Amino acid sequence: MTPLPAASLDLRPSWGEIALRGGLPILVSLALPFLLHFVVGPALGPYPTKLLVDVGIAIILAVSLNIVNGFTGQFSIGHAGFMAIGAYTAASVTYYGSMLIWETAERQAGFLPAGEWLLCGGCLVGGAVAAVFGYLVGLPSLRLRGDYLAIVTLGFGEIIRVLLQQTNSQLFSSDEIREAGRRELFPPPLGGALGFSDIPKYGTLFWVFTFAVLTIWVSYRLKVSAAGRAYLSIREDEVAARSIGIDITKYKVRAFVIAAFLAGIAGGLYAHSGVILSPKDAGFQRSFDVVIMVVLGGMGSISGTTLAAIILTLLPELLRDLQQYRLIIYALVLIVMMIVRPQGLFGVHEIWEFFGHKRLGTRRGGRT
Amino acid sequence: MRLKSLFAKVGVWVALGAIGLGGGSAVGQDKAPILIGHYGSLTGSEATFGQSTSNGIRLAIKELNAAGGLNGRLIELKEYDTKGDPKEATNSVTRLVASDKVSAVLGEVASGLSLAGGPVCQENGIPMISPSSTNPRVTMVGDMIFRVCFIDPFQGQVCAKFARENLKLTKAALFYDQKAPYSDGLAKEFRKAFEKLGGKITAEEKYTGGDQNFKAQLTKIRGTGPEVIFIPGYYTDVGNIALQARELDLKVPLLGGDGWDSEQLGKIAKQAIVGSYYSNHYAPDQDDARVKEFIAKYKADYNGATPDGLAALGYDAAKILFDAMKRAKSLGGKDLRDAIAGTKDFPGVTGSITIDSKRNAVKSAVVVEMTGDPPTPKYRATVAP
Amino acid sequence: MADFVQIFVLSITAGSVYALIALGYTMVYGILKFINFAHSDVVVLGSWVSYTVAAFMFSRLHVDAEHPPLWIGAVVLLAAMAYCALSGYVIERFAYKPLRRAPRLNVLITAIGVSLFLQNCGQLTPYNLTSQGDLRFPFGASPQRMPDLLGENMSNDDRVMWSISFAPDANGYAPRVVVSKIDFSIVVSALVLMLALEILIHRTKIGMGMRAVSYNFDIAALMGVPVNAIISFTFVLGSSLAAAAGFLYALAFPGLNQPAHEVWVLLGLKAFVAAVVGGIGNVRGAALGGFLIAFVEMFGMRYIDSNLRDVYVFAVLILVLLVRPSGLLGSPEREKV
Repeated sequence: MTPLPAASLDLRPSWGEIALRGGLPILVSLALPFLLHFVVGPALGPYPTKLLVDVGIAIILAVSLNIVNGFTGQFSIGHAGFMAIGAYTAASVTYYGSMLIWETAERQAGFLPAGEWLLCGGCLVGGAVAAVFGYLVGLPSLRLRGDYLAIVTLGFGEIIRVLLQQTNSQLFSSDEIREAGRRELFPPPLGGALGFSDIPKYGTLFWVFTFAVLTIWVSYRLKVSAAGRAYLSIREDEVAARSIGIDITKYKVRAFVIAAFLAGIAGGLYAHSGVILSPKDAGFQRSFDVVIMVVLGGMGSISGTTLAAIILTLLPELLRDLQQYRLIIYALVLIVMMIVRPQGLFGVHEIWEFFGHKRLGTRRGGRT
Repeated sequence: MRLKSLFAKVGVWVALGAIGLGGGSAVGQDKAPILIGHYGSLTGSEATFGQSTSNGIRLAIKELNAAGGLNGRLIELKEYDTKGDPKEATNSVTRLVASDKVSAVLGEVASGLSLAGGPVCQENGIPMISPSSTNPRVTMVGDMIFRVCFIDPFQGQVCAKFARENLKLTKAALFYDQKAPYSDGLAKEFRKAFEKLGGKITAEEKYTGGDQNFKAQLTKIRGTGPEVIFIPGYYTDVGNIALQARELDLKVPLLGGDGWDSEQLGKIAKQAIVGSYYSNHYAPDQDDARVKEFIAKYKADYNGATPDGLAALGYDAAKILFDAMKRAKSLGGKDLRDAIAGTKDFPGVTGSITIDSKRNAVKSAVVVEMTGDPPTPKYRATVAP
Repeated sequence: MADFVQIFVLSITAGSVYALIALGYTMVYGILKFINFAHSDVVVLGSWVSYTVAAFMFSRLHVDAEHPPLWIGAVVLLAAMAYCALSGYVIERFAYKPLRRAPRLNVLITAIGVSLFLQNCGQLTPYNLTSQGDLRFPFGASPQRMPDLLGENMSNDDRVMWSISFAPDANGYAPRVVVSKIDFSIVVSALVLMLALEILIHRTKIGMGMRAVSYNFDIAALMGVPVNAIISFTFVLGSSLAAAAGFLYALAFPGLNQPAHEVWVLLGLKAFVAAVVGGIGNVRGAALGGFLIAFVEMFGMRYIDSNLRDVYVFAVLILVLLVRPSGLLGSPEREKV
């Protein structure tokens, strides 16, 4: 046994650095939702606030899809299907729940009224239901690879879209709900083609960014954990990963389930952001939007994906004045970005890795 | 390589331009133009509907501005594209009412999108007039939301009554667009009314707007022996349906709603649509000076295109708004709302329009028949339900 | 019984169109291993260019609309194929070629970008290119009627190629199943094109090159196969087939949807599903998949429920892939260590 070289002692961070690197992110993440909700939102006005909410939801969607597409290297393009499942589930919980409890689905005023806790519960239920579907879709991924899996997930999203179109019309009063029989409740009263409307608008900046921060945290812990390393190894080479004893099946399905759960939560928040839910939300166009964010951000990079989610949510809004030329420009930007930076904004790396953090690998690499 | 940098340059250019354009917005001065907003599907699958509506609205604005505007103030239109997507509709309307501070909002064509934009207008106290959203829920969003078209139950009853009483038919088949709430709503109301009048529905089949191959469903309908097929869809689909029905030896008349109203229907279906009927707001061959004038102006402005029903409704929605603006005590949301609610017997292109207590338009429907070569709508009956 | 035969005929016609489109997907996938999402937009181009050229010729040549000469159809088809071949070449050259070595997901995103670009350019308000206003480009957002290349206002009996009559049912209604001239020409053209492609791939030198590139990119290059030229050729070929499919589609369903309508994408997706179900990268598989998908779709709509049209297609996809992960005729991919 040779003693540890003195150089390795240098690598040990000082207490101040530990406090800064460990504490600061937690502090920022705790403060961010409050800051946005109480300071930034009111200062900017309703339209930018709505955009911020969209950004937050896009972050959850993109970062969660990144777990499947970026970490594990699976190829899912049906993320909107999970989102829609979560959205419709959560909306049913809050809308019908509010109707039964308070006789109205009007939004309750104030910060964190009882209704918003219903939203929180609704999102979790929505996430759970989406996760169950994630498990069901994840199972075929045991047999399918690459584009085959992609086309199955796409088909799944389309099936969800068509099924949502077949649902019954929404019930608009608590009496209607109480008197509803089998005819009204099966298929479930989710509004059919017209969409699910009148959902109380609880998707505030506070909730959206609380969940966004949680998603990023979960995703980051996953990436740097043993499981995350297993994901990355599956992505790099499945055969090699299996040969070092990684249970590929388990990890792939787990990635699917986690991503679907988070997408379900994003859906729940989306449902309450003052929109009307429609079967279109499960369609392939929505899924593509999310895939584009992940690829543009850099497959596997959480900060890159987050940044891409922000850019790609705001870009179409900035281009809004261009009318029918808007999507042409958007398409060109997409093509050019892909050609100029095929690895995405940050590649697999995280943004902070570009600012010369002390890392064992880099230092040793520098010396030899 | 050169092309790449060119692409990049263009991208940067356009992005900068967009930010520049998005920056300024007018502040309400005495002689400053009055801003009104329109949100519609200018791109995407339903682009033709949004573009027609937009053309109608622009025509109305052009006329008013040429005549000196409203008490010396010109009207300026802010228009955003929804891609036919409810999410985009919410964002567009939020931008219109919260950032651009428009006095009133016009739109959307599709009920699902009006239901997305309506609550935003309601919450911000800005009146909204939908030119052509027929679902009853749309105006139930709140007291700021109006419309100038029929509602589904009304038109469903008109069609059922026409089939049952004027055509004296007893067996009808339903064939409708499951993706469009408009189509779905009309079909349900037609079934209710037709069965109440003693008719029988032989088949109920669905398609998805934009499908091109309808033959499987038509084969099924054919086997049930209907005397009329009720197809409450948009003209974009009805043309192909009519052609394919005839190819399958299905020769019964087809019946539809105001979604059929477009010159394109006759052009696409040609002889296959002759002898079919639809209910509409007006019949172009009726001797009505207003209709003729509107069609002439529209043709002059838009490269000889004949206006469709959506253009006419867009035009009327804008006209009713301007009429209310003239009468309103101020352009504030509440005053303007009251003025719109007070609209009575307004002489529109799509009929004489009165706004009722539920903020829906009250007007009578006519039924037209497609005849001639190329087929054009001819007045057949006025139906009061 | 009459319905059954009728649906059978419909499925054959629809299946040939799916199969033709599926060929384009399968060829590109076989060689470059990515889903060319812009392929359906090339089909759209094919339809709309056919419409534009046909309308222009009808107006300029003072064609008798009741009995147009058949060579007009040939000219229209060639024009559409030439235009699409050129577009296919340009798309490959500028959007896909720079990404030859990039991960496949990137190329997929580029393909989505190209698709969005083509859709939204296609539906821009058209300009009149001639003073008479009979040549308009791009295509605009409203649906248009494809001129009848086989003759306008044909009565049902003129249209018939073959027909079978059935005994009257309880209502006294005697159904008739018709195979129209258009149905017939669609199926024949599709079969001829597929056969030609099969010969091209298996019996010619350039076909050998395509197979070599699809087998292994680098080895093919080492063997002196001009890889870039072969790839360009594949795109040109696939796009010409797409143009032919678009042309036939416009003949079968003359009310053309506007270029940015989402059903075009859905049509492309179904064709892609057909390619996957048949075994992607396999030309015969694409044909088989096209017919299978059409049969399932049409019979499902008639005998189960017309609401769930797209569900049948995707359900078949999932079922087939669960049982045979590489498609019906696909060879299972070996895992290389």
